[in-house]
Amino acid sequence: MTQNHKSMLALISRWLFTTNHKDIGTLYLILSGIMFFIGGIMAMMIRIQLYRPGITFIDPNFYNQLVTLHGLIMIFGAIMPAFVGLANWMIPLMIGAPDMALPRLNNWSFWILPFAFLILLSTLFLPGAAPNFGWTMYTPLSTTYGPPSTDFLIAAIHLLGISSIIGAINIIATIINLRTPSMTYMKMPLFVWSWFITAFLLIIAMPVLAGVVTMMLFDRHFGTSFFNAAGGGDPVLYQHLFWFFGHPEVYIMILPGFGIISEIIPTFSRKKIFGYTFMVLAIASIAFLSFIVWAHHMFTTGMALSAQIIFMYTTMLIAVPTGVKVFNWVATLFRGAITFETPMLFAIAFVILFSIGGFSGLMLAVVPADYQYQDTYFVVAHFHYVLVTGALFSIMAAIYYWLPKWTGHYYNETLGQLHFWITVVAVNVTFFPMHFLGLAGMPRRIADYPLQYTDFNQIISIGAFVLGLAQIIFLYNIIRTIFYGKKATSRVWEGAQGLEWSIASPAPYHTFQT
Amino acid sequence: MDEFGKSLKVSYQLNLTTGVTPLSHAIYHLHMIIFWICIGIGIVVFSFLFYAIIYHRKSKGAKAAQFHTHFRLEMAWSIIPFIILALMAIPATKVLIQIRNTDKPDLTIKITGFQWKWKYEYLDSGIQFFSNTTTPFAQIHGSQPKDQDYLLTVDHPLVIPIHKKVRFLVTSNDVIHSWWVPDFGTKQDAIPGFIIEAWTRVNKPGTYHGRCAELCGMNHAYMPIVVEALTEKDFAAWVIQQKTGVAPPATSPAVISSEKNKALPVENKSETTSLASIMQKGQQIFNTTCAVCHQLTGEGLPPTFPALKGSPIATGPVEQHIHRVAFGKPGTAMQAFKDQLTDEEIAAVITYERNAWGNNKGDIVMPADVAAIKAKG
Repeated sequence: MTQNHKSMLALISRWLFTTNHKDIGTLYLILSGIMFFIGGIMAMMIRIQLYRPGITFIDPNFYNQLVTLHGLIMIFGAIMPAFVGLANWMIPLMIGAPDMALPRLNNWSFWILPFAFLILLSTLFLPGAAPNFGWTMYTPLSTTYGPPSTDFLIAAIHLLGISSIIGAINIIATIINLRTPSMTYMKMPLFVWSWFITAFLLIIAMPVLAGVVTMMLFDRHFGTSFFNAAGGGDPVLYQHLFWFFGHPEVYIMILPGFGIISEIIPTFSRKKIFGYTFMVLAIASIAFLSFIVWAHHMFTTGMALSAQIIFMYTTMLIAVPTGVKVFNWVATLFRGAITFETPMLFAIAFVILFSIGGFSGLMLAVVPADYQYQDTYFVVAHFHYVLVTGALFSIMAAIYYWLPKWTGHYYNETLGQLHFWITVVAVNVTFFPMHFLGLAGMPRRIADYPLQYTDFNQIISIGAFVLGLAQIIFLYNIIRTIFYGKKATSRVWEGAQGLEWSIASPAPYHTFQT
Repeated sequence: MDEFGKSLKVSYQLNLTTGVTPLSHAIYHLHMIIFWICIGIGIVVFSFLFYAIIYHRKSKGAKAAQFHTHFRLEMAWSIIPFIILALMAIPATKVLIQIRNTDKPDLTIKITGFQWKWKYEYLDSGIQFFSNTTTPFAQIHGSQPKDQDYLLTVDHPLVIPIHKKVRFLVTSNDVIHSWWVPDFGTKQDAIPGFIIEAWTRVNKPGTYHGRCAELCGMNHAYMPIVVEALTEKDFAAWVIQQKTGVAPPATSPAVISSEKNKALPVENKSETTSLASIMQKGQQIFNTTCAVCHQLTGEGLPPTFPALKGSPIATGPVEQHIHRVAFGKPGTAMQAFKDQLTDEEIAAVITYERNAWGNNKGDIVMPADVAAIKAKG
């Protein structure tokens, strides 16, 4: 065996068999980055097709496949692994633990993912169509009428679910058992609190998804009729089960973001978070409420009036703890000594733009108005404001914030600011006009549209391309920081507080060993 | 000015329509109330935020204050939003109760979603028909310039009287669709196997547009809804006209649909024996009704939408072919066309399918053959 082969094998086994939380955190973040660009290319193909009316670029069947995979890839591939990667890197550092509580399980929970996404993406190359019924997989479009590749999707979802659940168990075990002795629960950093609660949401929600896709599989192949009215089932039952998973899932994708923003704003305001206790309570209340609002995704399915009313009230209630969070961030900024490094810019943009997503969410909660908004571009605008300018912005803020700790180098601030400003303008050019399209009556998930929607769609497509291309700056800046850049101090940021800043930059391979 | 034209007055529409029904008005007002509440809260919160960003920056010499935690303030900003929301919930609940009150209808229409068309059945008068898009393939694929009413036209619009409570019974034949007309404030998912009620009372005559709002497969974008709201007198005349057997008037200018309505049903059967003329009619029907799945080339999109070119059905026994078209294939998008097309139309389209794309069977299917197989079941 040559020297080359040996070092190659050593490199592979180092990453394949690693049980180090920092390595695994890095692996998660790399996977998330790859998925982010794959999902982004799909989004751009969608936007080329929608640039003008007519079938101009891709046929409607492939369009539906792209819509489906864009959703699944971005949710399960980009956002969730990014948050898990951040949790792996930062939770042990923030609570003074030597590693995650269950390191081997940690390795497995990551290495399931590349295979799950290979299975998912392989559907594009299978005979027939890839899944083409939207990431929500509504029956009977996904069962009786679903393409053969749907079974691959079900297998992939099972793997993703297993990975998420063991990841969540690991996080809970770590937080409960491995905190440094002086760190009581109410002294934990808010990022740790937000992940602690998110992990419980994962453990409760993911098995429901596993159950519902298994019922789909049985309906497709084993003669059951859970979701088929002809056999005594009900297609709407699918939606109830799916959204019982789906709504907590929405918060799984935003609560860690809340935690990140609650770390970054105090740092760059040089001021303690305003209401720590209320912030913890707000996360807990949002998590609780997330299990009793699921039917607001289904207000037009014809459910009972009483159910509509109850779900309208519970949904409106979510605005209260969410408001508490926003008010607290503003109160933290108020009378601070603020500086505007890239992570802070993303954090402030998060507060403003996530609030706009929250406002449209409040509008969607009003059931009579929801009759007009449901399944239109208004909804598309809403969830992209909470997921792109919410979840994704918090991830970008976190990467800029902690990158010097991970690599030992400061990123290039000019490039960071350039990335921020192009992104924040483009994201609004892309998603804000979608509100108008939805109110004017354009349904979501259509491959072609009447002429009156042309103008806004062209603006949106241009915005989307600028948004997509701007991310190349982000990627370049990250890669550059790994190899070059000003040497980072251990504190990194002037106003930074917390255990993770007490260790050297880059963080040594083993930290807080006893 | 590009090929689409930009003269449409609805271009750059920013807000929700007020619509033409009591429900759409009520919804519009709720929409505006909650919108202004959001704007109000936004102004207050963002004012503080921007004030801090502008005046409390370190570069301006700001020193960080070290205050935190204020129980009363935090209770206040929890309770005040709660009160605003509770006040908002009252009118919202009232309108919602109105939306769901389908009592005492003057007229009941059953709406069934199909991949990708709507069927309307007037339960009081027995009138029923399918409503298909009439936008030509050539416009969708760009080989012909797009009309101003691209994707807005159907062959048979739903016709309803104004000032009457019209109850809709919404269901589906295959997958979930959603029947939505923004001007009515009516959106109802069409669930296969379940019938769900909705209603409207239109107060202005006119033509109203809507679309399917739930992803229902490949041609989700191509199932528009058109509703004609007529005065009571005009509606009564329309009902009589329908019952006396004349086909519903096509409102769309599309050539294909009006030819289809006029020409085929009144065709003298003895003339239809010429292969060329049958092929021509069959091709027209195929292109509007069948080509969305089986494609103009007959090659389909396998495996979901099989090819007809050289297929066992289209080149096999003619009886099986007729049976498949008349009765469909359950559990697939292949519907039963026995109630959607006349015997003459089915005969013509099958003749076309058996002789086009190199199938060249030379068969001429007669309407009587279709009638015989329909009768056998």
